[in-house]
Amino acid sequence: MSKERVGVYICHCGSNIAGTVAVEEVSQWAAGLPNVVVSRDYKFMCSSLGQELVEKDIKELGLTRVVVAACSPHMHERTFRATCERAGLNPFLFEMANIRELDSWATDDRVAATQKAKAMVSAAIRRVIHHQPLQLLPVTINPNTLVVGGGVAGITAALEIANAGYHVYLVEREPSIGGHMAQLDKTFPTLDCSACILTPKMVDVAQNKNITLLSWSEVEAVEGYVGNFTVTVRKKARYVNEEKCTGCGICIEKCPKKVVDEVFEAGLGYRKAIYRPFPQAVPKYPVIDTASCIFFQRGKCKACQMFCPTEAIDFEQQDQILKLEVGNIILATGYDTFDPRRIPQYGYGRLANVFTSLEFERMVNAAGPTGGRIVLRDGVTTPKSVAIIHCVGSRDKNYNEHCSRVCCMYSLKFSHLLHERLPDAQVYEFYIDIRATAKRYEEFYHRILEEGTRFIRGRVAEVTDAARLPGEEGKLIVQYEDTLIGKQRRLPVDMVILSVGMEARRDSREVAQIFGLGCEYNGFFIERHPKLDPVNTMTEGIQIAGACQGPMAIPEAVAQGAAAAARVLSLISQGTVMMEPVRAHINAEKCSGCRICNDLCPYNAIVFHEDRKVSEVITALCQGCGACVAACPSAAITGAHFTDEQVMAQIEGMLWDMQPRIAVTATGAE
Amino acid sequence: MDNAYEPVIIGFLCNWCSYRAADLAGTSRLHYAPNMRPIRVMCSARVEPQFVLKALREGADGVLIAGCHPGECHYVDGNIKALRRYELLKRMLRQLGIEEERVQLVWAAASEGNVLADAVNRMTEQLRRLGPLRWRETVLGGDGQMAEHTDEKVAEEV
Repeated sequence: MSKERVGVYICHCGSNIAGTVAVEEVSQWAAGLPNVVVSRDYKFMCSSLGQELVEKDIKELGLTRVVVAACSPHMHERTFRATCERAGLNPFLFEMANIRELDSWATDDRVAATQKAKAMVSAAIRRVIHHQPLQLLPVTINPNTLVVGGGVAGITAALEIANAGYHVYLVEREPSIGGHMAQLDKTFPTLDCSACILTPKMVDVAQNKNITLLSWSEVEAVEGYVGNFTVTVRKKARYVNEEKCTGCGICIEKCPKKVVDEVFEAGLGYRKAIYRPFPQAVPKYPVIDTASCIFFQRGKCKACQMFCPTEAIDFEQQDQILKLEVGNIILATGYDTFDPRRIPQYGYGRLANVFTSLEFERMVNAAGPTGGRIVLRDGVTTPKSVAIIHCVGSRDKNYNEHCSRVCCMYSLKFSHLLHERLPDAQVYEFYIDIRATAKRYEEFYHRILEEGTRFIRGRVAEVTDAARLPGEEGKLIVQYEDTLIGKQRRLPVDMVILSVGMEARRDSREVAQIFGLGCEYNGFFIERHPKLDPVNTMTEGIQIAGACQGPMAIPEAVAQGAAAAARVLSLISQGTVMMEPVRAHINAEKCSGCRICNDLCPYNAIVFHEDRKVSEVITALCQGCGACVAACPSAAITGAHFTDEQVMAQIEGMLWDMQPRIAVTATGAE
Repeated sequence: MDNAYEPVIIGFLCNWCSYRAADLAGTSRLHYAPNMRPIRVMCSARVEPQFVLKALREGADGVLIAGCHPGECHYVDGNIKALRRYELLKRMLRQLGIEEERVQLVWAAASEGNVLADAVNRMTEQLRRLGPLRWRETVLGGDGQMAEHTDEKVAEEV
C-alpha cells in the first residue's frame, strides 16, 4: 500500500447531488478505502467554508492528496487546485470526481447513481495516489492581435485594442469593412442613421496607426497556441495598387460593365465590374471583380487603366500570402440572413413584389438603389398596402428552431418608415409574438401601434398571386390564420416584406475547423460557458464576438466586441500566461528511435536527434493530446497528468465493484 | 443492487467535445442509463488499446470511446488517429471472440449532449442483450491460466 494520505470530500451541492446520490453513504464508504485518512461530506464544497475544511485537513492531518467529488472539473477544478495550493500542497496532487453533471443530474435512479458515484470516487482516489507534483508552464504572449471580420463587433474589438496601444490585424473578406450594419438604413429603436453612427468608427479604423487593415483577405490557416499563433492570410488581388490609388473613383465611373450587386445591395441594385461596395467604404480602394470584368473575360477594355490618373490599376497583381504572428485571435465573422427561397409558399424569387428585409433596408436607404423611394419591383409604382411577415426561417422546426431576436424590432422599424414615407399606405404586421425585450423596445412597439399599423397574430400560410375573390386581381394575397379570432383569412396587398432571420455563416463549420472551435447544432460558434464566459472559446487565446456566436442586435455585438477586446488586453498586460503542464516527455533511455511518434504529432513538436537516435518533445510546442504517448511501442513517452499508471489505476477504481463478478465467472470456469 | 444484470461500461471521453457533451447532457437534465462510468482523457487519441483491454479484464462489459467529430478535433486530427487505432483493435477483439458491440467509438460535439446520452442508452441496451463479458471464458478459454501472459502478448502486438 502506498504511503500517501488522501482526503476525500463529497459535495452535496445543495440538493443537486444529495437529491440523487446518497452522499453520506458514499463518504462513509470512502473512509474505509485504502490510503483514505479522512472522508467528509459537506453542503457546498466550493464555498469558502468548504474550501477551508480542505485547507485545515491538509495542514492538520498532513494530507498529501485530495479528492473532491462535486461538479464538472470544467467548473471547479481550478477552485480546488487553488485551495490545495493555499495549504501548501502542489495543486496537481488533487483530483476531481464529477458526480453532478455526469451522475446525479443524468439519472433519477438513486441506487445506480450512488453506485456510480462510489465508482467515480474510488477511481479518483486510486488515480490521485499516482499523481505527481507539476508546475504550470509560463507562455509569453505576443502583443499583436488578429481580428477576423470587420463588422461592428470586429471594428469595436479592433479599436478597443488599438486604442490601448497594441497592434491589431483586422482581416475582412469583403472589399470594405462595415459588415451588415453598413447595409442597414436606420437602427431600432432610436432611428439613428446606421451609416452615420458606423462610418466614423470605420474611419477610425482606417486612420489608427495600430491597425493593419487587410480587406479583401481571408484567413487560410492557423497554427500555434495562445500567445503564439501563426496565421496564414490570403490577401486577394484587388488589381488596384493601394500605394498609388487615391480613391478618386474615376475608374468606377468609366467602367462600362454593370452587374447586379448581390452582396451589398442585396440584389436590388447594380455595381460596376470595378467597384467599391458603397461610397464610404473603408479602405477606399476599389476591387476588380474578375468574373465580370470585360478585360479579364475577353482580354479587351482596360477603360479603368486608361482613365486612372495615378496608374494604380494593375492587371498583373497576384494574391499575396501573408504570415502574421499574433498572440490572440478574435473571431467576429457575423451571420448570414435566411434565404427565403427555402420556403417556396412565400413566393420569394417567383413573385416580383415579395422582398426580403435586407432588400427593403437597401430600398429605404437614401443612398440605396432607389434613392430611398419605396417602390414595387417595377421601380415606379408606390405600394398602397404592405404586409410584413415575421419569423421567416426562425422559430420554425423546418428551418431554424431559434428566435433570431432582431426581426420583431426591425419589422416595427419598417412600419414606422413606411408610415413616414407613405402616409396613405396600410401596413400589416403578421407576427407570432412581439419580442421587444431590450431597453426602450417595448416603448417603440407602443409607438408603432399608435401610428396605425395593423398587427395580426398568426403565421402566414401562403403568399400567392392567384386571385379568387373580387379585389384580389393583380395583388399579392396573404393567406393566414388570425389566431386571436381563430379564423382563416385572405388579405390582398401590393407588397410583401419577409422578415428573414439570422443564421450562422454558411461556411461557419469550415471556419471553425481552421480555428479549432466547435459549433452548435445550427452552426453558431460555441462559447466557453453560455452564461459566464460568452466570448471565450474552448481554445485558449481565441475569442468570439458578435453574431457568429448567436443571433444578436448591434448593442450586444458591440458589447461582445469590447468584452473580447478586454479579454485579450488582460492577457497582453499579463505578458505571460500559465499553461496546463499536460505535456508529453520522452525517456531517452527507453526510446528506440523508431520515429513512430514523429509523424503522429499534429504540432511537429517531436524532433529526432540523428546523432543519438532518439526523439525528443519540444515542450513549448506540445499541446498535450497524448497521441504519441498512446502510440509509443516502447512506452518511452509519458503524458504528464495522464500517465499510464494514473489511467490504469482510474480504470481499476471505476470497476472496484466488479471483482465479485470476475471471481464468480472464474469459479464457474474452473 | 438487485440481482438483475446491468452492464457496466467504461467511457473514455475527450476533454473538449465528448466530456463537454456529457456535461451538457447533465446540465440539461437529460436522463440516460447510469451504466457508463466516465474517464476523462485530453483526446480520444490518448486511448491506448491497453486501456480498453484493461477495462474489459477488470470486469467492464463494454468500452465506449467518444471523441470530437472528424474535422473538429481540438488537436487537429487526434480523433482520426483514434479511429485508425480502433479499427485495428476491433480486428483483434474479433479474434479474441469479443463481440463487436462491446467496444464502440462515437463522435459527440460539445453541443451534442443528446448524442452522447443516446449512445450510452443504445450501448447499454445492446450489452443487456449480450449479457456479461466473462473475460476468462471468452478470452482466455476455460482454464483462465494464460491470464498475465496473454495480456503482455496483446500489448506487444498492439
